[in-house]
Amino acid sequence: MKKILSDLKIGEKGYIDEINIDEIPLKLLEMGCLPGNLVELIQIAPLGDPYYFNINDSHVAIRKETANEIIIITENAI
Amino acid sequence: MQNATIKVALIGNPNVGKTSVFNQLTGLNQQVGNYPGITVEKKQGICKLSETIKAKIIDLPGTYSLNASSIDENVVIELLLNKKDEDFPDVAIVVTEVENLKRNLLLFTQIKDLEIPTILVINMADRMQLKGIELDIPALEKELNTKIALVSSRKKTGINELKSLIINYNSLSTEPCLNASIIDPEYFDNLRRAFPNQLLYKLWLVITQDVNFLNLERNEIKNSFTKSHSDLKRLQQKETIKRYQFINDTLKIGQKVDKTKATNLRAKLDRILTHKIYGYLIFFGILMLIFQSIFDWSTIPMDFIDETFTSLSTYTKNNIPAGEFTNLLSEGIIPGISGIVIFIPQIAFLFLFISVLEESGYMSRVVFLMDKIMSKFGLSGKSIVPLISGTACAIPAIMGARNIENWKERLITILVTPFTTCSARLPVYSILISLIIPEERVFGFLSLQGLTLMLLYLLGFGMAIVSAMLLNYFLKLNCKSYFVIEMPSYKVPMFKNVALNVIEKTKSFVAGAGKIILALSVILWFLGSHGPSSNFKNAEKIVIQEMTKNKEELSTEAIDNKTNSYKLENSYIGIMGKTIEPVIKPLGYDWKIGIAVVSSFAAREVFVGTLATIYNVGNHGEEEVTIRKRMAAEVHPVTGEKIFNFASGVSLLLFYAFAMQCMSTIAIVKKETNSWKWPLIQFVFMSGFAYLTALIAYQILK
Repeated sequence: MKKILSDLKIGEKGYIDEINIDEIPLKLLEMGCLPGNLVELIQIAPLGDPYYFNINDSHVAIRKETANEIIIITENAI
Repeated sequence: MQNATIKVALIGNPNVGKTSVFNQLTGLNQQVGNYPGITVEKKQGICKLSETIKAKIIDLPGTYSLNASSIDENVVIELLLNKKDEDFPDVAIVVTEVENLKRNLLLFTQIKDLEIPTILVINMADRMQLKGIELDIPALEKELNTKIALVSSRKKTGINELKSLIINYNSLSTEPCLNASIIDPEYFDNLRRAFPNQLLYKLWLVITQDVNFLNLERNEIKNSFTKSHSDLKRLQQKETIKRYQFINDTLKIGQKVDKTKATNLRAKLDRILTHKIYGYLIFFGILMLIFQSIFDWSTIPMDFIDETFTSLSTYTKNNIPAGEFTNLLSEGIIPGISGIVIFIPQIAFLFLFISVLEESGYMSRVVFLMDKIMSKFGLSGKSIVPLISGTACAIPAIMGARNIENWKERLITILVTPFTTCSARLPVYSILISLIIPEERVFGFLSLQGLTLMLLYLLGFGMAIVSAMLLNYFLKLNCKSYFVIEMPSYKVPMFKNVALNVIEKTKSFVAGAGKIILALSVILWFLGSHGPSSNFKNAEKIVIQEMTKNKEELSTEAIDNKTNSYKLENSYIGIMGKTIEPVIKPLGYDWKIGIAVVSSFAAREVFVGTLATIYNVGNHGEEEVTIRKRMAAEVHPVTGEKIFNFASGVSLLLFYAFAMQCMSTIAIVKKETNSWKWPLIQFVFMSGFAYLTALIAYQILK
């Protein structure tokens, strides 16, 4: 099932399907945020933003608005 | 023939232990400075490789790739692209970490494309077993076309192997690992034809960077090869995918990971430290501990330093033949040096805490916790690091704002950081608090003086937040907001790294502020002990004349005192002080404090030293009196009231809390914002606000 990255629940995983390249900083791509890679939501900050992911073994935190630009396929759909 | 000094550049992602490797290689042979023209820290050190061969190691700022998005990263690229730079490396060392090898290798493959001899260091090798990772080093060396040193900077293994690899750098291959140009063959063919003598990957880097380069004609390239920004970014994405494919293939051959062995300490700690409630509680607990250490623990060494210098000054005065030089020494130089040395305990404590928090990986969690709150005020979660480091010194703090991606958030952070209570305010605060707040405890354990200090810290922090909100509202800057932060794995801080950092930071503070304070002390002493008119020279005669005229009978001691204060009033400094008195009188200050306040605009910590110098010039008694006692005893000549009373004390505290009194900060803001506009606005706003609050406070309290 396709989802927006920010729709993941804590502990849920998915594969990156599509990213809006114009809205995503290059740095995030270089940290492994690329189509096909596995991503897991680890934690959401106390006030609901930012989100803390494990993307392709990189532990990174990004804001929700950035996570909204990434589409994933959840694991149980594969 | 081999060069006697091999130039080595140390490159790597942030949080891979690059600094540990640097410290292991260089030990105490380090130097820190700035890159010419910019304020990015430049760290270099000497490593002795053998009896005859030395290496000059340059520690470059941490970077994720060769695509610069900040000034720090730009430093790395500029050095690697400019063969004429005196620091251009003979050999590059790319430091990576066992657990994040995949991501770390991205940078490695880019550097290989620049055809510089490159050694791969895989750090934290001691964690391999724990994490169930196995590496086939010969296979990796073959695939990556390089030599690998498996290092544990914590267990101190692998450093000798690394040193021998550096000695034999000539035998390293300079072949790239992969051919990046296949992402768009046509485009790269054109590029190659247009610039036949240039390295292809270098051209590509120059075209895609957002930052300007000093030494390459960028415009020339731009005109003949136009691609839209968006197209270029797509190509960069293709390149990144290409590199990851290569890395994944390589690691399939050279790395085995047994996931069942991976311990999940990070996950457990993260659950607690970033928890809704515990997360904040722990953070505020740590902040409390820091403030406690600054005020309570460091007073012991500070009192000791204070008294030692006071007796040294008296000793000099009494035991060296009297004369101009002895006066300069005992009234100018010794009190001046004392005014610097006394801050060392507090600064060391602050940098100790900050560097432990950074090293352990905790600081990133604080950034994560605070981002949402901070963004409400127009700041970024990353602003918390400058705001906390600002409690040590605004200069490194403002430089620490560099990793904030969004210009508006970064600018606001730079502008409000000087409000946080830096260590230069501490000596002013602690001496004033001890004069006006009684030494009592509330609830039996909380010291009233400590609470006052805490309040002043909160005041500074609150003011930073309020001005951030104002700036956020009034600044009309349209910038895209990005926020990406790596959450490093938790580590026990290494003693050596922390100690070197504390020593380094304290040293540069003492040297930097020290020069200003010492120079000012000498100038003030001169201005205080010399005067323009005959009134100054004939002070004794005039005082005695006055006395006989008023038919007063005074002891010789009292005559001396009168003469000295008359002299001081008629010295250069006295005249200057009297001139500005109308401006500062409504705030509750006399002309002596006025002089101290004005000279504090060079650096706040000058305040205590200035008063020490002024009072010393005016006092030739033989008794040992610390500056604090002298300030407490100072009374108004006409009214007979104490000069440092509650009202004037509060007024001074508020003035020092808000005024922009630091030349170095103004200079750094000018550099970081690249204009005079921002530091000037900052100066006028902060100092104006300080005057106003001090005025209101004194008028209400007096």
